[in-house]
Amino acid sequence: MPARVLVLLGTRKGAFILESTPDRRDWRLRGPFCETWPINHVIGDPRTGTIYAGGGNAWFGPAVWQSSDLGDSWTHSSDGLRAVEEETPVAAVWSLALQGDTLLAGVEPAGLFRSADGGQSWTHVAGLRDHPSRSQWNPGAGGLIAHHILAHPRDAAQLWVAISAAGVFHTADGGRSWTPRNQGTRCDYNPPEARYPEFGQCVHSIAMAAGQPDRLYQQNHCGMYRSGDGGLEWQSMEAGLPSTFGFPVVAHPHDPDTVYLFPLNGDIAGRFVPEGRAAVWRSRDGGAHWQDLREGLPQRDAYFGVLRQAMAADPLDRVGIYAGTNTGILYASSDEGAQWRPIAQHLPPIHSVETMVLPA
Amino acid sequence: MVNVTLPPALLPLFPGCPGRHSVRAASVGEAIEALDAAWPGLRDRLCESPDRLRRHIRAFVDGEPAGLATALPEGAELFLMTAISGG
Repeated sequence: MPARVLVLLGTRKGAFILESTPDRRDWRLRGPFCETWPINHVIGDPRTGTIYAGGGNAWFGPAVWQSSDLGDSWTHSSDGLRAVEEETPVAAVWSLALQGDTLLAGVEPAGLFRSADGGQSWTHVAGLRDHPSRSQWNPGAGGLIAHHILAHPRDAAQLWVAISAAGVFHTADGGRSWTPRNQGTRCDYNPPEARYPEFGQCVHSIAMAAGQPDRLYQQNHCGMYRSGDGGLEWQSMEAGLPSTFGFPVVAHPHDPDTVYLFPLNGDIAGRFVPEGRAAVWRSRDGGAHWQDLREGLPQRDAYFGVLRQAMAADPLDRVGIYAGTNTGILYASSDEGAQWRPIAQHLPPIHSVETMVLPA
Repeated sequence: MVNVTLPPALLPLFPGCPGRHSVRAASVGEAIEALDAAWPGLRDRLCESPDRLRRHIRAFVDGEPAGLATALPEGAELFLMTAISGG
């Protein structure tokens, strides 16, 4: 029986935790945690209640913070978060994921590390950084960052990593070798003859459909996509949406055909909600048709966006959806996106949103 | 023995860690190693590699800019400071 619903926020000035009961009516905010470091991603392990926060500080470098008491106390480590000595040092942790008991961290500059001891020490997954295309990876506006990690739920050898702006990469051998998985995703910023390269795409977000590891959804700098074969080929699903640009994509935790996006007005138009009116867009049929969900979201004079990791769903039966803005507002819906309201305001810019539901 | 003063922003990362220490060390790097032994992880916060301080960490020995290899004479004052950065 779920009893505690937590929303975990990474912000430009630390981590925050919101907590409610399964009715998700009243929320209590705690933070800032992690000594107000820029925190890019916060995840929770519902099996243990442990919270992990990844970020980087301009003075003190990258770290993964851990709390085993829901945020009351924290420790931090970057032991082993170091690639090759002569290369640019790891600046920050950008993404975290659990695959069984293994904790994974994507970093800037783009690389992947794993920890078998809950983040106390880290080992470089050199295969990704050693990919032959590595010298041609270029940073996006947020840097050369490994910002999403998807772990196959049943095959511990399979991972997908999203890198701006190198694209999606997949391993089937536990990280030793990687292949680009970008076929069908566009690079509008390339010359016409080079619009569909093998790598170099500016992927913004990837998500895995519930119970279907081969069904992936993607928000790219240039379009929205779905794949039915683990990213070997991608098909556009942007028809019916107000733009081709946005940052996050969220898969419904129970229904593989339901997916959420937060389209913005375009990469050279300010990257705001279109026409100053905010909407989350939902498809119930795997991206074939879209519905805009606006009730409770501002419908005039809104000039914010939602960043690549800043939208999430909770796993309750009636799914909650959460969207954190780059102006520090967290909007929440407890009815699958039909109605929205702000549950935190005046926060620092929100980098990431995740949820964790704990039993009584 | 040498005296080491740590940047105030570092101290909350190691609860209970004083801002000023006396350690036995012949170089800046050795002083940081000595502190890391008492406060595990402190070295990683200050150094980006075995032979380099982080980009925005500055070291001064008796008032002069220093690096990890800089020698520490007996009684030296080592200041480790955060550069003007952040936002």
